[in-house]
Amino acid sequence: MSVQSRLAVVEKSGVTRKVNDFSIVVATVNGSGSQTANGVILRSLFAMGIPVSGKNLFPSNIQGLATWFTIRANAAGFVARTDQSEILIAMNRTTVIEDLKGLAEGGVCLYADDMAFEKSRGDVHYYAIPATRLARESGAEASLRPYVANMAYVGGLAWLLGIELSEVESALAAHFRGKAKAVALNFGVVQAAHKHAAENLTKTDGFRVERMPAEAGMILVDGNTAAALGAIYGGVSFAAWYPITPASSLAEGLQDYLPQLRRDPTTGENHFLMVQAEDELGALGMAVGAGWMGARSMTSTSGPGLSLMAEFSGLAHYAEVPVVIWDVQRMGPSTGLPTRVSQGDLLFAHFIGHGDGRQVVLLPGPNECFEFGWRAFDLAERLQAPIFVLSDLDLGMNLWRVPSFRYPDQPMDRGKVLSAEDLARLGGFARYKDVDGDGIGWRTLPGNSHPRSAYFTRGTGHDENAAYSEDPQVWEANMARLARKYQTAKGLVPSPVVEHMSGSRIGLVGFGSTDPAIQEARHILAQGGLPSDYLRLRAIPFADEVGRFLAEHPVNWVVELNSDGQMHSLLKIYFAEHAGRMRSLAHNDGLPLTARRVVQAVRDEKEEER
Amino acid sequence: MTVATAPKKATTNLIGLEKSDYRGLETTLCQGCGHNSIVSQIVAVCFELSIPPEQLIKVSGIGCSSKAPAYFMNRAHGFNGLHGRMPSAATGAILANHSMRAIGMSGDGDTANIGMGQFKHMVRRNVPMVYIVANNGVYGLTKGQFSATAEQGLELKKGLQNKLPPIDICLEALIGGASFVARSFAGDPRQLSTLLKAALAHKGTAVLDVISPCVIFNNKDESPKSYAWGREHEEPLHDLTYVPERDEIVISYEPGEITSVAFADGSSLRLKKIEVDHDPTSRLAALTLIEESRTQGTFVTGLIYVNPTQPTFVEISGLGTTPLARLTPAQMRPTEETLRDINARFA
Ligand SMILES: Cc1ncc(C[n+]2csc(CCOP(=O)(O)OP(=O)(O)O)c2C)c(N)n1
Ligand code: SF4
Ligand SMILES: [Mg+2]
Repeated sequence: MSVQSRLAVVEKSGVTRKVNDFSIVVATVNGSGSQTANGVILRSLFAMGIPVSGKNLFPSNIQGLATWFTIRANAAGFVARTDQSEILIAMNRTTVIEDLKGLAEGGVCLYADDMAFEKSRGDVHYYAIPATRLARESGAEASLRPYVANMAYVGGLAWLLGIELSEVESALAAHFRGKAKAVALNFGVVQAAHKHAAENLTKTDGFRVERMPAEAGMILVDGNTAAALGAIYGGVSFAAWYPITPASSLAEGLQDYLPQLRRDPTTGENHFLMVQAEDELGALGMAVGAGWMGARSMTSTSGPGLSLMAEFSGLAHYAEVPVVIWDVQRMGPSTGLPTRVSQGDLLFAHFIGHGDGRQVVLLPGPNECFEFGWRAFDLAERLQAPIFVLSDLDLGMNLWRVPSFRYPDQPMDRGKVLSAEDLARLGGFARYKDVDGDGIGWRTLPGNSHPRSAYFTRGTGHDENAAYSEDPQVWEANMARLARKYQTAKGLVPSPVVEHMSGSRIGLVGFGSTDPAIQEARHILAQGGLPSDYLRLRAIPFADEVGRFLAEHPVNWVVELNSDGQMHSLLKIYFAEHAGRMRSLAHNDGLPLTARRVVQAVRDEKEEER
Repeated sequence: MTVATAPKKATTNLIGLEKSDYRGLETTLCQGCGHNSIVSQIVAVCFELSIPPEQLIKVSGIGCSSKAPAYFMNRAHGFNGLHGRMPSAATGAILANHSMRAIGMSGDGDTANIGMGQFKHMVRRNVPMVYIVANNGVYGLTKGQFSATAEQGLELKKGLQNKLPPIDICLEALIGGASFVARSFAGDPRQLSTLLKAALAHKGTAVLDVISPCVIFNNKDESPKSYAWGREHEEPLHDLTYVPERDEIVISYEPGEITSVAFADGSSLRLKKIEVDHDPTSRLAALTLIEESRTQGTFVTGLIYVNPTQPTFVEISGLGTTPLARLTPAQMRPTEETLRDINARFA
């Protein structure tokens, strides 16, 4: 049995109770409307105070292909994806045989009763739910029936696990935003299924949920919505974008919330503007134009779009224009795995542009999409530079149980901007002169009424006064100043988060969405006598602290969701002296990381050592 | 025709600025380059119209033509962006502060080759700006390659002949939904100046395709983008007079010959028909005109199409009066109370 599957073996006689500790996989067909049902299950468990996560493993398709939704509930708070689930909700006849094979030993199979399949596993507990019949009897019009049929498995599962029906109803009310008719129709099916199960089925398995003392201040939200809200509280005023999975819901989050939050209450004026551009080239071009003009501006995209943004990124770097770029990473180019997760844009984002250039990259973990959403603008304007925020499909599109959003604890930093009055006092200014020694010049915004406010913006070839120059010394000095600016950035970006365990000689380094898997792996390893320290990177440039952490451990595992070990490569560049202490734990199969991968790699190496 | 509003020969304009306040750096373009003539007209027109230089931005792509903004209006902020991508940067800048005027400078390669997509989307959006294409049918800055506006059969360098038909920038603009389309010739300063004034008065995207000979790579007399050819073949559509809002209008035309286009700012353009009877408010007439002149091998200049009331992107965007770039932190960051509300929705 796999290490992290802590399913107690169910014996035919005395059934072991497994409370608040299991994974559910819902196997359905894309486009069948199961999203609502899955969300309702997740939300109900969350409302009962149980740590929970939900992950949608979906194909690049609108309707017809197989799709899986996994829910993990874990009282101890470990909610990373697992390789195996204990509970299967089988609603897809084309995958049921395979789905059944993948179920953990002694697991549960809840299935639609009009689906004939061979019950090949003797160790599994089977429960049939008459989903189609209950949908027909619900009074829903024919076109809605396939959708409400999903509610039958919600009702069946509620009976099986003891999910409180009142929470199911509240979750439905939240989903349908109080539309009473829709709530009644769907909840009717949930109740009917629950009643059918109670009257006709006998529970033989040990899985149960129990209400836990609710941890105050937790919310359930997807990373893209959190990022959008963070940006709004960061004052984003202009956003241009081009649709792409898995980034679209970030821009759509802006579209949803900006009118609610950024319309002037007295005048009714919009204090924002969003443009769906003709492509990502245009999207970043517009965002750069707006940033140059002085608005807080951003764009959001995924890898293919980021590729198109390379030239403008380079220009923003050299022209020193503030702009925020969210990259919600997915697997590589073209068609195939666009709906699968990856952390594969790291090197590209850091070095994006032509010629020299190292970009500031923020790496939010699950709890930080909101915070980095607003912080990115302070950094962009302070540093007068493009700021890249690397999220990914798992972080962005899946629901996460995270601490509620904290209001920014700092006033907005609008960076170094000279007003007409400043210029009157100073008599003029030099756009690219390092007057403060931090590598950052002072800028003016177009529209500044002072006759000496204007400067000419271009990529390369400018002196301190922004005048055209191809003088080698002038350019070299400019590059030296940009290097100083990069050093300044190091002191401003979020520092890494370090967690120690006593007696540890193993270092783990990770970032972003892999955090839950790494945390769980540390727990499992520690139980097996292998304590570890963990450094979670939150930004590039790397803090000096990273080097100290690497130095403390004979072996540091660099954990990441890509095949080339991109973070490993970067760390080797910046901390070459510790290269020998680093091991790459690069893994890339399109799915969120599981603890097992990390545990296995660390244990295998320990075996070799012996 | 007699016009009583001949420009006054004052040394300062209405806002007290001298013409030198509208100058830029010394040009580094070749002597005789058509682009220089365009620059001179921009300086003259902005001075004459008393446009505050600090209230204007200059944006451009890449090319000899796109260098031009450095050579006019030093007191206006300039943004020399990427090859073919001026429209997007300009769009973002203008939307971030729609109280500013904008003059965009592009080339035929910049607009009709690499930048065609952005160009068409910009005119479709009707972003408020003057969009000048200094059209020489060639890539000047990269030394003489054909651009997409080069005539079929043209030979520029030894042995190389352009086998493809040219793209007509005015036609593309029209099809893209542009609200102001005009063509002029760098060798016709009077007409260019009048059209520039009209373009600056127009509230949406004003596309000005200016044939601007490249004296180094494309000025052979037989080339349709040369000075000689232009002078020989130019057929102005109308005799144009621009009447600023403030000037009393005393024009003596023969009645029935004059069309007038009134712009949102109160100024107007008077058009006196010359030979062709062209109604510039008809898109169909404009399309026909371009097609006819193409088949006849003529070179019509003037105001080809205008719709002075077509809503601009700023108007349809729901933007208020405060420019986005001028919002205060209090206007930008919602209150803490609203966040409690948001948190409650996800709890
Ligand atoms: C992405 C990119 N590709 C190519 C170039 C090289 N390049 C610079 S100017 C130019 C052509 C300019 O032609 P045009 O717009 O007609 O301007 P002109 O010089 O004729 O005024 C090219 C291809 C570039 N700067 N950027
Ligand atoms: S090369 Fe041609 S386009 Fe460029 S500056 Fe010289 S004349 Fe003008
Ligand atoms: Mg050209």
